[in-house]
Amino acid sequence: MEGGYKIRERNLTVEMPAEIDHHSAQHITSNIDYLIEANGIRSIVFDFNRTSFMDSSGIGILLGRYKKMNYAGGKVMVIRANPSIRKILTFSGVTKIMDVYEGLPEQSDRI
Amino acid sequence: MGISNEMRLEFDSRSCNEGFARVSVAAFMTQLNPTLEEVADVKTALSEAVTNSIVHGYEGAIEKIVVECRIEDDTFCVDVTDHGIGIENIEQAMEPLFTTKPDSERSGMGFAFMEAFMDSIEVTSKPNEGTKVSMKKKIGCGKSKFER
Repeated sequence: MEGGYKIRERNLTVEMPAEIDHHSAQHITSNIDYLIEANGIRSIVFDFNRTSFMDSSGIGILLGRYKKMNYAGGKVMVIRANPSIRKILTFSGVTKIMDVYEGLPEQSDRI
Repeated sequence: MGISNEMRLEFDSRSCNEGFARVSVAAFMTQLNPTLEEVADVKTALSEAVTNSIVHGYEGAIEKIVVECRIEDDTFCVDVTDHGIGIENIEQAMEPLFTTKPDSERSGMGFAFMEAFMDSIEVTSKPNEGTKVSMKKKIGCGKSKFER
């Protein structure tokens, strides 16, 4: 259930797991924060391609990482979120502060 | 006319049981023939309530959480009960973005999600006795209030 992590230069891409709740969020958060520290990460892409469930714990992950990146002048982006995930992103206000793409950024318009 | 049916789950307040509770409730709910969106809404609301019991009610201690579901005609009712520390000020706890644990990545949106994704929510709580969250959602009546 663990997501995958890819680093290219100072950009981190996080492949989010199938289910994001309080249980899985604990591991994801500590993994990402370790990678940010170890690699001087300046921007993060959260890829929701495999994710079918998320609750407010996922919003906690996104907002916490957004604060970290924003502080250092970096960026956070959300890609490939399905309609039920996008509903949660919209309701929580995340779409107002982060770039959220339905597909990959080059293939589709920003929501 | 409508069917009536009940179920009750009791499980340890371990975070690995959050997924178990969601899947069980979703499976029980299928007899109302819900849309995928309705199932997703109930799973999210249930996940918030169970997480609250684990994180806030029991503060990580391993005790019991009870989830009871009822089908009343076309309405799905779910109650989540714990016997944890309870909530002193329910009104404040339900304010969006309010959290007693800002350091631990809690977004403060749990109750806001429950209110948004269900039709009604009622919270009863007594300090040091526990908390009961009762939520209802009518199934099969079309669009949710947040769908545009």
